[in-house]
Amino acid sequence: MSNRGPADTPPSEYEDEGRERLSYVVGLVLALLLTTGAFAVVWLDLLSGGAALAALGLLALVQAVVHLRYFLHIDLARSHRDDLLLILFTVLILLIMVSGTIWILYDQHIRMMA
Amino acid sequence: MNWELIFGQIKWNSFVFSGAIENPSLSEFIASGAGFIAVLGALAAVILLTVKGWWVPLWRDWLTSVDHKKVGIMYIAIALVMFARAVIEAALIRAQQLSAYDGGGFLSADHFGQLFSTHGTIMIFFVAMPFITGLMNYVMPLQIGARDVSFPLLNAISLMLTMAGAILIMVSLVVGQFSTGGWSAYPPFTGIEFSPGEGVDYWIWAVSLGSIGSTLTGLNFAVTIYKKRCPGMTLFRMPLFCWTTLCTSILMIFAMAPLTAATIMLALDRYAGFHFFTNGDGGNMMNYANLFWLFGHPEVYILILPAFGVWSEVVATFASKRIYGYTSLVYATMCIAVLSFAVWLHHFFTMGQSANVNAVFGIATMVIGVPTGVKVYDWLLTMVGGRIRFTTPMLFHINFLLTFILGGMTGVLLANPGVDFQVHNTLFLVAHFHNMIIPGVLFGMFAAVQFWFPKVFGFRLHEGLGRASFWCFAPGFLLAFFPLYWLGMMGATRRTYMWSDPSYLPWLALAMAGAALILAGFALMVAQIVVSVRRREQLAAPLGDPWDGRALEWSIPSPPPEWNFAVLPQVTARDPFYEAKKAGIAYRSPAAYEDIEVPRNTATAPLIGLFACAWAFALVWHIWWLVVVSFVLMWVVVIVRSFQTDTEETVPAATVKAANEAFLAAARAAPGVARDREMTSENRGRALPEGLEGRSGPVSSRAPVEVLP
Amino acid sequence: MSLSERLHPGLNLAGTDPEGHEAAEEVLFGFWIFLMSDLVLFAVLFATYAAMSVQGIAGGPRPAEVFDLTAAFLETMLLLLSSFAFGFAMLEMKYRENRRRVLSWLLVTGVLGAAFVGMELHDYYVMITAHAAPPQASGFLSAYYLLTGTHALHVSSGLVWMAIMAVQVMVIGFSTPVKLRLMRLALFWHMLDVVWIGIFTFVYLFGVVS
Repeated sequence: MSNRGPADTPPSEYEDEGRERLSYVVGLVLALLLTTGAFAVVWLDLLSGGAALAALGLLALVQAVVHLRYFLHIDLARSHRDDLLLILFTVLILLIMVSGTIWILYDQHIRMMA
Repeated sequence: MNWELIFGQIKWNSFVFSGAIENPSLSEFIASGAGFIAVLGALAAVILLTVKGWWVPLWRDWLTSVDHKKVGIMYIAIALVMFARAVIEAALIRAQQLSAYDGGGFLSADHFGQLFSTHGTIMIFFVAMPFITGLMNYVMPLQIGARDVSFPLLNAISLMLTMAGAILIMVSLVVGQFSTGGWSAYPPFTGIEFSPGEGVDYWIWAVSLGSIGSTLTGLNFAVTIYKKRCPGMTLFRMPLFCWTTLCTSILMIFAMAPLTAATIMLALDRYAGFHFFTNGDGGNMMNYANLFWLFGHPEVYILILPAFGVWSEVVATFASKRIYGYTSLVYATMCIAVLSFAVWLHHFFTMGQSANVNAVFGIATMVIGVPTGVKVYDWLLTMVGGRIRFTTPMLFHINFLLTFILGGMTGVLLANPGVDFQVHNTLFLVAHFHNMIIPGVLFGMFAAVQFWFPKVFGFRLHEGLGRASFWCFAPGFLLAFFPLYWLGMMGATRRTYMWSDPSYLPWLALAMAGAALILAGFALMVAQIVVSVRRREQLAAPLGDPWDGRALEWSIPSPPPEWNFAVLPQVTARDPFYEAKKAGIAYRSPAAYEDIEVPRNTATAPLIGLFACAWAFALVWHIWWLVVVSFVLMWVVVIVRSFQTDTEETVPAATVKAANEAFLAAARAAPGVARDREMTSENRGRALPEGLEGRSGPVSSRAPVEVLP
Repeated sequence: MSLSERLHPGLNLAGTDPEGHEAAEEVLFGFWIFLMSDLVLFAVLFATYAAMSVQGIAGGPRPAEVFDLTAAFLETMLLLLSSFAFGFAMLEMKYRENRRRVLSWLLVTGVLGAAFVGMELHDYYVMITAHAAPPQASGFLSAYYLLTGTHALHVSSGLVWMAIMAVQVMVIGFSTPVKLRLMRLALFWHMLDVVWIGIFTFVYLFGVVS
């Protein structure tokens, strides 16, 4: 295909062990904070009802993004959009399927008995 | 020893023949007859293979092959065998309904239930799916200029899993009964309470095997199209068939998972007493319909999109014209693919959700008609101003345009929940979806067989018999299904094995006549293949381009060599081969040849298929030792394979060069055949390029330079 | 295309093994697609659980009565740390190809993963014996066991895969196919951790809050 770049180009983010190691450490620290935060919301009764659910959902979303960024190395770099596009398309399909299912089943449930 | 420990729930009276002995009736005799045919067919195959000494070639050249072309052919062979069974079942269904006035008929209700369940299951999962998969397998890598798919072994494994599912369904003819729950197998009827016994389990495991195979296929093809296109083949230079293959693959990747989830849940309900879809204890059978159609609606587009691709290739080739509105066809395909995930509720408008929910999905359903309409106009406009040759594939295409539009109209009608409440669960619906799938998918596949057969085997199919079969299929379809629209509007419900309204009779008789015509069409198609094989010398077209084709697959010999392309082509435009012919630069020798690495044949895939089949059979009959053993063996095969390092072999450049130069020399020397002579024995597969018609004699063979610069 | 470019999700071999890096593009993209398909499977299981955990109680125990949040927190930590450990195994593979160190990190990953599965099995045991909450008790419990069970089954097959890869590292060494398999296993392992975020949030925390 092609040859490696000239020897004097600085190593990219993906060729430097220190930076790659740091990525995992940052991911771990952020994930620990977010997880602990989520459990703290419930254990310490920081929020209740809908607010608690919304906060938990948001924390989960952020943590998923953290895992994708720091453990799976998905980012917004222009050079490689295929993986990102694929995961965004997957998210679209997931949203359609999950929200549709929940909408349909709850609607039927309400009309049946509740 | 304990019988049940060894044989699970199989008893002597599980075999179909015992029914005819214990309870003689026409229905039982027909069931036994079908069982006999299955057993005799298998025996005949074994004897033929033994007498001809074909066991070794079958194993060495076919079953262990990972070549995408052979895998594709085997897929289509499965589809044709299963089609023979399911089309006969369809004729039996029609005959029963015709004869069943006031409780008559010759089939028992239970037998009739099995017939429509196997008919639907087979036609979708083991005819349509293997047919499109086989076709995509064969054609797509050739069109994008690749030597194989990205993961050849995985491809063979998908094939073997599909074959395992097909074998399981055939076994159900002989051992035990099949489900009576229809192809969609709605619980609670298919739960253990109302359907004890092995029938639903056959359905669950056969469908699961097929759906796992399809997921892997989708993955494989998507990666192939993304990563293996030849130099210069940008996405927007791909033939439309490759675009529809890509969209179908993406649908397969995402749509099969809900089906797997639904079948796992149904299996857990039946085997382990879970409560996903049961009547009591918090089960919710409506979720089954929801999950099933999350898969089921994208599934219909999985089937139709490759056929759309075929139509695009056929119409451009036989109108001798560049396809009209390429870009719009691509975007229409994408729109259809995405929208197909947003309409699944229209399959159960009447399940009780509120009108607003129905309205949203009804509107989404109508919207999907728009991109489909765009495609229809593009195909029509391709024909405008073209020089149309009315070959068999083209006849199928014109028939498709006419009838598919009518089916689409009834689809838009059904998308209105108000109308759907009137005609749901009637023969109107049956007429509608057959109207989409037969002229669209099935005839699309038949057209594809006519179109690509010379590429695959090196000789054309007999044109006269092809047209004869078309003239049985097309009116046969109209006769068989248009009366069902009327019957549906008169209130005839689907899946009933008897009826009592005398005004149904004439319509049912017409439908029966149509079924007979379709059977005749199928017989003629089989005859066409047999006759063509016998006359293969006259029909030979080894030079690869019998129809004045446009995409890369026509630039190589027929049948193509194992490595497809001696040198990977370099593409600079759409319709690359057609452009090269016009510019007079086709069939030039490449500057240099290189060694080619091809994957070795391996027993991995057939062994996995064998153990998967045994595993599924054991699950159906609760033979637990076999479940464990075959499951372990399946994974042992995978692990053993992962330790093998020597999986490829090299074809030396000299071999490639000798074969390719011989082909190019023959092609250059051959006189081109003009389009009006393409159905004569003059057609050896060297087309006279457009603009040179009228001239005869060999086209000048220029100095060998770079191929397709 | 420069080879220092990132070609696929997960750790890239750019810089240390250009040949392996190029070979990785196709197989890792394929595996990534498989993971997307797997995510859809989990999504429909989540959707089913979301409906059944409310509508399918059927007089049986409710989520808040049977869930042990402390156990869920510990499981979360185990899986997170094992994901992290796998990252370090991959760095050792990429930069040093040192068998002993890769194997030790894999061992740490595997032990943490096995502890996770063990704790989940213990959870099931407690639910069935102490709370009379087997999967056959109600639609809610069927959906709970299927969702968490599918995840546990994935983790368990990941462990088996890891054991096989450890053998391959010992027997074959760091050939390109072995490296690519380890990279795919890493994607699988990290993705299971992402799915677990959904489980501890939407199953355990939501169940206790509402």
